[in-house]
This record gives sequence, structure tokens and C-alpha cells, in this order.
Amino acid sequence: MDECPVDCIYEGDRSLYIHPDECVDCGACEPVCPVEAIYYEDDVPEQWAEYYKANVEFFDDLGSPGGAARTGVLAFDHPIISALPPQVVAGA
Amino acid sequence: MTRTPTAHQPLRVAIIGAGPAGIYAGNILARAVQDAGGEVGIDLFDSLPAPYGLIRYGVAPDHPRIKGIVNSLHEMLDAGTIRFIGNVDYGTDLDLADLRAHYHAVIFATGAIRDAVLGVPGIDLPGSHGAADFVSWFDGHPDAPREWPLDATDIAVIGNGNVALDVARMLAKHPVDLLPTDIPANVHAGLAGSPVTDVHVFGRRGPAQVKFTPIELRELGDIPNVDVLVYGEDFPRDEHSERLLAASNNQVKVMTRTLNGWLTREPTGAPRRLHLHFLHSPVEVYGAGRVEGVRFERTEPTADGGVRGTGEILDYSVQAVYRAVGYRGTALARVPFDEARGVIPNDGGRVVDAQGAPLPGLYATGWIKRGPVGLIGHTKSDALETVTKLLEDFDLTGQPGRPEEDAILALLDERGIRFTTWSGWLAVDAHERALGEADPSPVTRERVKVVPRDEQVGIARAESLVSS
Ligand SMILES: Cc1cc2nc3c(=O)[nH]c(=O)nc-3n(C[C@H](O)[C@H](O)[C@H](O)COP(=O)(O)OP(=O)(O)OC[C@H]3O[C@@H](n4cnc5c(N)ncnc54)[C@H](O)[C@@H]3O)c2cc1C
Ligand SMILES: NC(=O)c1ccc[n+]([C@@H]2O[C@H](COP(=O)([O-])OP(=O)(O)OC[C@H]3O[C@@H](n4cnc5c(N)ncnc54)[C@H](OP(=O)(O)O)[C@@H]3O)[C@@H](O)[C@H]2O)c1
Ligand code: SF4
Repeated sequence: MDECPVDCIYEGDRSLYIHPDECVDCGACEPVCPVEAIYYEDDVPEQWAEYYKANVEFFDDLGSPGGAARTGVLAFDHPIISALPPQVVAGA
Repeated sequence: MTRTPTAHQPLRVAIIGAGPAGIYAGNILARAVQDAGGEVGIDLFDSLPAPYGLIRYGVAPDHPRIKGIVNSLHEMLDAGTIRFIGNVDYGTDLDLADLRAHYHAVIFATGAIRDAVLGVPGIDLPGSHGAADFVSWFDGHPDAPREWPLDATDIAVIGNGNVALDVARMLAKHPVDLLPTDIPANVHAGLAGSPVTDVHVFGRRGPAQVKFTPIELRELGDIPNVDVLVYGEDFPRDEHSERLLAASNNQVKVMTRTLNGWLTREPTGAPRRLHLHFLHSPVEVYGAGRVEGVRFERTEPTADGGVRGTGEILDYSVQAVYRAVGYRGTALARVPFDEARGVIPNDGGRVVDAQGAPLPGLYATGWIKRGPVGLIGHTKSDALETVTKLLEDFDLTGQPGRPEEDAILALLDERGIRFTTWSGWLAVDAHERALGEADPSPVTRERVKVVPRDEQVGIARAESLVSS
């Protein structure tokens, strides 16, 4: 993600994930998200609560890598995302 | 000055301005060249002794999380490829001829530091201030006066951008809630003496046309012991407004929800109030010899998202006015400047002359390239565009010779310029953290800023100056 000043948007196989601790809540990614899928945690719509959970849990094993440039594209997803039918775009 | 013109040597690039735009440009350039197996030498100059531009001297002190972006930028500068050279002003200490002699390319990333003009009668009355000047004061900018007049009980803030919110919040917040920040002692003392009870923020358009961001807006509602007040007559329910709102993005919808929530919230009777007014276009700042009030014309929405005047005049008695109507870039010596927009004219980052022809080797990035809008993160994608252009223009296999890397430092020494370095900044950084730790106040303070330029330079150059 070219807009994130702290490079905390990680790329999984099918979804992008925002690192909840590394993110500084600056808002730079919100207006540039092509599918308007980024919300401040208090604003995540009810029907997307699962994705919020998936986003946080994605980092349970990864810890805090300190920048997506260090990990590159990750070849896996959170199980909730992996279980989605192919064309659904999941928001981070 | 010694010249050793070897035929082929690595690309050497000077970046003027060590704000986020300059640092991201340096980092992206360094990584791209390394990935291509090439070599590059990058010198990053700033007229201030410290790096980080508006992150250090613009971002509000009560936003430590945003200031955390500095940790990422620190790593980039600490990696060793980019050489920070502070306290060097382009145009005074170095000119374009010097840079052309020492570097193959120059990237200007000088940002914007001044307030835009608000052309209404009375704007120059005593008691009328520019937001940029106030921000420089509370953020401890070395070139700002140390004293700030805080004697008003009623204050108007004109503008509906995030800077207006920063200014209004800093004015309205109770000083005890600012104590855990990095503000210098004089700023805390100044704010502690403020008798303010009411801060009024005025937007010339409607609540769905604000330029705030959702988190900044919502934060107002969480300021301890300050009531946020909005007024039903400022919320247009006409067809244009309804249509524009339905077509707006998530951010506008979230902010509209926040504002509507405040419409129905009962004030708690807090000793300070923050009022948000919309559809108020400034007409005049009035007063006999100093600010006594601001006159607005009521506006109404038009179909295109704009507004027009209704002729209705509204007066507010205040003793101080802050205009937060945007920033403006400053022209640089021997570099083209677009007076109308306050930017260096450029084509995707390549500096161009009046005819639109690129000036070889000169680039621009950040606020001086795009104008003073956008967040810190946006300077990163912007830097990527500029660096991409630069790399298209240069052959990484070798460039005509330039003086060896330390020649520029020798030149600065020769001119008596007390430049600072990265290790110097690390010393200032450690010093400020130590001040935070030693602070006697009952709260944890991570840092207390050192303000005077001489003191910063003294610490950075390890000269034994007595702290003031
Ligand atoms: C009050 C305020 C608060 C803000 N808060 C936030 C926020 O919370 N979150 C957010 O995402 N964005 C915020 N922004 C926006 C953010 O600051 C900008 O997007 C960003 O700083 C622009 O970066 P820049 O590097 O182009 O300019 P700057 O940050 O202004 O950096 C320019 C640098 O160039 C140097 N310079 C200028 N002239 C010369 C010269 N002649 N010679 C040498 N050096 C020179 C300056 O000293 C400065 O260090 C804020 C802006 C303002 C005004
Ligand atoms: N926390 C943060 O994230 C943060 C904090 C501070 C700044 N920033 C960013 O820094 C950038 C600059 O912020 P900014 O607040 O200086 O600029 P801005 O967002 O461009 O807002 C300027 C405001 O001034 C108003 N204005 C301009 N001319 C006026 C006039 N003649 N009369 C009345 N109102 C007038 C504009 O109204 P119109 O819309 O009607 O033109 C607008 O509401 C923004 O991108 C901002 O988001 C971010
Ligand atoms: S809000 Fe968080 S994820 Fe989005 S750009 Fe800012 S730091 Fe990155």
C-alpha cells in the first residue's frame, strides 16, 4: 500500500490486513481504498464484524513484523477469508 | 573546494526538506536503486536543526499516535544510505549553483509553512491570528515567538479543515489534559493562563462539505469538560443537500452521523464550550483598534456542492480570531514558482519552466509539489511518483563526476554554517526524552521539546551550551 505511512497493511493471498498495533489511525488509507472497505474500528458496520475479527486474528501468529515490505505477500489468509466464495472482496 | 571529476560515479541526489515527503522520497529512491543493483548517495537538507517537518512542528502535541510515524521515518534515516544535514537553508546557505556542482539531481520537498490569506476587512486587527503561527507556537517551532496572547474568553476559528479542529481543540482543552504531551513549559504556562470559555468554529459550506477527517471530528466529543454544540439551523435539509449526502463517501457519512449525534446531545454544563457553525461565510473582522467580533453572511447550498450568500448578516462578539483557511508554499531562489497555487510547477514531479519544459535534474515532491492538502501518508505515494520520474531520467550505471561526498560539508564549514547531522539529532532526541523522564509533573512524559535553535544546534554539535 503506497499510502500507509507506517507500511502496516499486509497482503495475504486474497485479502489485505491492517496491523491493529502498528496502525497509527492516520486515515490516509480510507479515501484511497477502491472498494471503501476500510473503517476505523468503532465504525465497522455490523455485518462486517467477522472481517474485523479476521483482520485482528490474522496477526496472532505473525506478531509485529514492523512493515509489510519485510514480509512481502503472504501466501495464506485467515480461515474466515479462505472460506469465502472466490469472487467476494474482503476488506481489511 | 577540491574537485575530483571522475568520469563515472554513483548517482548523487540532494533532497531539500526533511519532512515526510523528503524522507519518503529518499527511502524510495535508495531502495529502488539498491534493488536495481546500483548505488546512490543521498543528502537530505533541512533549514531546521531537526528532521520530520510538520510531524514535529505541525501535528498537534495531543496526537502522539500520529507522531508515531516518526518511528518509521527514524528507521529510514538510521539505515545509513540517507545523510541528514540540518540547519542549512536552501537559498541562504546553499544555492542552486552549489547543488548543481555537487549533485546530479535535486528534489525539492520544502512543504508549506505559512498561512493562506483570508481577504476580508479587519483581518490584520490585533487579536486576529493565522493558524500556522499559533501551531508553530504550541509545537515549539524555533523561529516562532515564545509568547502567545491568550486573553480572550470568546474565540472564532474560521475554516472547516483539520487544522481548524487542531486549533480549536488546543484552545478549548483544559491545560491539565495537555500535560502528558511534549509541549514546552512556556506553552503549558501560556495555555494555563487562558480565560477562554467559548470557541466557535465556522465553515462557509454545510456539514456535509467539511474537510475534516472522521476521527479528528469525533475526538472533539471526547475532550474532558468541554461541551460540543451544533445548531439545527446550520443543517440544511433541502433536496441538493440530501442528494449530495446520499452520493457521498463513507467518511462524509460517518462524519454526518457524528454531527447529527451532537444535535440531540444535552450539554453537560461544562465550563468550556466548542461550537461548530456551518453555512457562515466570513465578511469582516470588526473592532475599534482590536478584534471585537466577526461578521458572517449566512449561505445556502447550491446544486453543485457550493454555496451562495443569502444576504442575512450574523455577528459574533469575540476577542480573538484564528484563520485556518489553508497553508501556502513559499517560493525558492532560482526555482520556478506558481504564484497562483503556491507550488513549484511540475509534471508528475519534474520541475518545469513557464513554458512547461522540464528543467533537467530538478524535481519536487510533497506539499510544495501538490499544494498544502493531504495527509502524511499521501506524501509517500506522491514521493513514489517523483522518484519514478527521476529514475527514468538517469542512467544508474554511472554519472559524470562530482566532488567527493564530504566536499559539501567542507563547503558548509567554509561558510561558517553550523550544520547538524543524524548523530546530532540522535543526541537532541535523547536529550528531549531525558527531559521528559526528569519532568516533575505527576504524569508520564515521553518527551519535552527543546525549542531554541541555538540550544538544539548546541546539543547536536555537542557544544557545551547551558540549557535555558
Ligand atoms: C497543523 C498541521 C497538522 C497536521 N496534522 C496532521 C496529522 O495529524 N496527520 C496527518 O496525516 N497529516 C497532518 N498534517 C499534514 C502533514 O503535515 C503534511 O501532509 C505533510 O507534513 C507534508 O509533508 P512535506 O514533507 O511536503 O512538508 P513539511 O512537513 O512541511 O516538510 C518540509 C520541510 O522542508 C523544510 N524546508 C522548507 N524550506 C526550506 C529551505 N529553503 N531549505 C531547507 N529546508 C527547507 C522545512 O523546514 C520542513 O522541515 C498536518 C498539517 C498541518 C499544517
Ligand atoms: N489530524 C489530521 O489528520 C490532520 C490535522 C491537520 C491537518 N491535516 C491535513 O492537512 C491538510 C491541510 O489542512 P487545512 O485545514 O489547512 O486545509 P483544508 O483541509 O484545505 O481546509 C481549509 C478550510 O478552509 C476553508 N476556507 C478556505 N478559504 C476560505 C475562505 N475564504 N473563507 C472561509 N473558509 C475558507 C475551506 O473551505 P472550503 O472547503 O469551502 O474551501 C476549508 O474548510 C489537510 O489535508 C488536512 O487533512 C490533517
Ligand atoms: S490508518 Fe492505519 S492502515 Fe491506514 S494508512 Fe494510516 S496507519 Fe496505515
